[in-house]
Amino acid sequence: MFIDDPVLMSRLLTLLTLSFHIFYATVGVGLPLMIMLFHWLGIKKDDIHYILMARRLAKGFVVTVAVGVVTGTAIGLQLALLWPNFMQLAGHIIALPLFMEVFAFFFEAIFLGIYLYTWDRFDNQKKHLLLLVPVAIGGAMSAFFITVVNSFMNAPGGFEMINGELANVNPLLAMFTVAMPTKVTHVLATAYMTIAFTLAAIAAFRLMKGSHKAYYKKSLNVMMKVGFVFAIAAAIIGDFSGKYLAEHQPEKLAAAEWHFETDEQAPLILWGILDENNEVKYGIEIPFALSILAHSDPNAEVIGLDQFPEEHHPPLIIHYFFDTMITIGMFMLTLSFVFLVARWRNWTFVDKKWYRWLIVMGAPLSFLGIQAGWWMSEVGRQPWILRGIMTVDEGATTASHVDLVFFFFVLLYLILGVGTIVVLRKMFKDKPVEKELESYAGGDEQ
Amino acid sequence: MSLEIIGITVLWLFLFFYIIVGSIDFGAGVFNAHSIINGKQHVLSKVIQRYLSPVWEVTNVFFVFFFVGIIGFFPDSAFLFGSVLLVPASISIILLALRGSYYAFESYGSQGHRGYAFMYGATGILIPASLSVVLTISEGGFVYMDDGQPVLSYELLFTSPLTWAIVVLSIVAVLYISSVFLTWYASKTEDQEATGIMRKYVLIWAVPLIVAAGGIIFELQNHNSAHFDSILNLWWMFALSFVLWAVTLWLIWNKRKYGLAVWLMIGQFAFAFFGYGISHYPYLLYPYLTIYDGFTNEAMAISLIVVFILGMMLLLPSLYLLLRLFLFDPKYVKGKRE
Ligand code: HDD
Ligand code: HEM
Ligand code: HEM
Repeated sequence: MFIDDPVLMSRLLTLLTLSFHIFYATVGVGLPLMIMLFHWLGIKKDDIHYILMARRLAKGFVVTVAVGVVTGTAIGLQLALLWPNFMQLAGHIIALPLFMEVFAFFFEAIFLGIYLYTWDRFDNQKKHLLLLVPVAIGGAMSAFFITVVNSFMNAPGGFEMINGELANVNPLLAMFTVAMPTKVTHVLATAYMTIAFTLAAIAAFRLMKGSHKAYYKKSLNVMMKVGFVFAIAAAIIGDFSGKYLAEHQPEKLAAAEWHFETDEQAPLILWGILDENNEVKYGIEIPFALSILAHSDPNAEVIGLDQFPEEHHPPLIIHYFFDTMITIGMFMLTLSFVFLVARWRNWTFVDKKWYRWLIVMGAPLSFLGIQAGWWMSEVGRQPWILRGIMTVDEGATTASHVDLVFFFFVLLYLILGVGTIVVLRKMFKDKPVEKELESYAGGDEQ
Repeated sequence: MSLEIIGITVLWLFLFFYIIVGSIDFGAGVFNAHSIINGKQHVLSKVIQRYLSPVWEVTNVFFVFFFVGIIGFFPDSAFLFGSVLLVPASISIILLALRGSYYAFESYGSQGHRGYAFMYGATGILIPASLSVVLTISEGGFVYMDDGQPVLSYELLFTSPLTWAIVVLSIVAVLYISSVFLTWYASKTEDQEATGIMRKYVLIWAVPLIVAAGGIIFELQNHNSAHFDSILNLWWMFALSFVLWAVTLWLIWNKRKYGLAVWLMIGQFAFAFFGYGISHYPYLLYPYLTIYDGFTNEAMAISLIVVFILGMMLLLPSLYLLLRLFLFDPKYVKGKRE
């Protein structure tokens, strides 16, 4: 119809669906933990503000979860529709975590339903809080299992290929691949970090608008602390991810770093552009840093793209995705660190408008960081869908009309995306914090 | 029992759960839209909010379970069905997504937009119709091989009477299942008016249901006589199903024991659904794929079954808790608890 290339359109549709789902999935992983934290603080300090935070967030969570569920269902089916050859092969080896993921969904869905609809059915608030534990675990397990599948695609293991036939399949070994530890932990840490900074951003924004001071200040302070902790974790685990890449997927690291020649004492290049001779211009060069990232040793040798045949080079654009992620990570780390030090030393510049705006920026930036990270990781796996075993071209469907389907999914996500924003805005605008607090003070709980 | 049989039985069982729970959900949306036209709105919207909102995600997971499970146990089905279902399944996904968005945007956010309620109702008819196409395709005759790649012929599919018979059955079944259940649920809430309305729906849809089901068996005779023959061999299952249908109808007609009627209705569908499934054996897709040649390796099969058992040990108590809180808690059901 428009573009009659099933492979290209399958890639674009996968890109679209996953990038859309990951917004909601990140919320699904991160938010229950923050709700739990607020709810717990509220009970411990006997502070109605924190309880109200948990309650309001839980209400918004309903909306994002519902959209997360429908987009997740879409990907689940699309994997088989767009990559039937891949799923046939992968089904034999890596179906186990996908199957386990369904149980995580079940678990999360059941307890979320109970938590949301039973706010006032427990006389003991602690019991109600307990219901959130399975929700938070379920969300984290969903992320865990799907990332396990993705790790397998980057570093297949747990089976042998004998004359083109699968043999000696070991589903457990396929789950615990070399890529798994860094990937899973990095994904989890960045999800928590992103949600913490997002909630901090909302608090900072409301404070500038002059909303309830005490309430939002508490929220801001807690979330900046949590965000800082997870930002550190993200950076440390990110460093381990780099070492993993250097060891097991050197072509991805080399492409991400525009590292063309195998070299010792390799510098890390941030940003810049490539001229026609593949020379980097205008980049920021940090001496030895790539060798350190790859092997914790400034003199270590880092494999370059020259070691790989041209057709196995990942697209060089992932350099920008990589740099976006790292820049954002460093920025958020600094921002939250300065904030905490300022609070400790009673410096007031962090309550100035310009600093608040920086915090507000943290929300879109963190989400962009997640997107950039995934783009770098997935595009950087090119041309493979299953590294070293099946290419994307071989995995894709041959069906026609992928372009038409793509078009309809663009429409669908537009509706869902706009709907989410409109409904969430309305939900919180119609019931500002002040109003809800009043109804508590009046003893008129509902 | 062989691993293949265990695998397909588990999957078929979950699909059955999905069909029952999903039908209740889909049908409720249709009736809700219909009652808005008649200006009798609040009767059903309340049921939807009280009962369906807390459990719709769980319903959805039953569906996810089925398709993830079938890829796990029968990876070749991912290849065959995945290649041919791109358009029909994408339509289903989009409809499911729009329906899910109703729960996200409507019942929690603002109160009742009419157009949205209609859309929600319409998906209740369109989703079963579009999903049922998969069953039709599995009967064979619509897929051919082109250079090793399976291709679906839309022309054959849309001109076959079998397709339309199955579509009609799926819609009628949804309305019937849903109205039987909601009759009981409304009577539990002691809402006389709603009970009366729902009971009327049961009486309306009961006969079309049997006619449509009979029509399919008749069509199969022409379309896939092997399957038709094995259905005849299992005649007693379908006969039992028919008896259960008759007793259900009798109970509802006489306004007696609505709770028992629900269970009998479930039994009726169980016999028909498993009768259909068993007679389909061993084919997943006539004549290209049986459960034996499409099966995964032994190591994977065993680990899937182990995970399934462990998962159920976690799941069953949680599901029980959910049902107790929302379906069987007399105070909540009657709306005395907010
Ligand atoms: C807010 C999000 C965010 C932030 C601040 C960072 N990352 Fe990240 N990164 C991700 C979000 C992310 C991700 C979306 O979660 C990825 C994509 C795939 C994956 O496993 O995690 C990822 C992947 C990823 C990979 C590739 C792993 C692979 O392809 O197997 C590396 C090497 C790093 N990261 C390294 C870093 C470093 C050194 C950071 C320093 C601050 C950093 N990341 C911050
Ligand atoms: C079962 C697991 C997965 C499968 C089968 C899968 C498959 C694929 C395939 C085939 C592509 C297209 C390749 C390309 O165009 O470069 C792709 C791209 C992508 N995937 Fe994955 N993926 C999986 C897991 C994930 C996860 C968990 C994420 C995280 C959100 C993710 C994020 C992406 C992104 C952002 C792209 C776009 C890259 C591009 O532009 O090509 N994937 N994936
Ligand atoms: C190939 C990639 C993916 C597939 C096939 C997939 C599949 C799904 C499915 C089917 C659902 C709906 C489950 C239900 O019915 O309740 C879902 C929801 C969810 N997914 Fe994804 N997913 C993918 C990527 C991811 C990633 C990368 C993450 C986390 C980092 C994630 C985390 C979640 C979470 C937490 C939910 C629960 C719903 C929510 O809270 O928003 N998923 N996913």
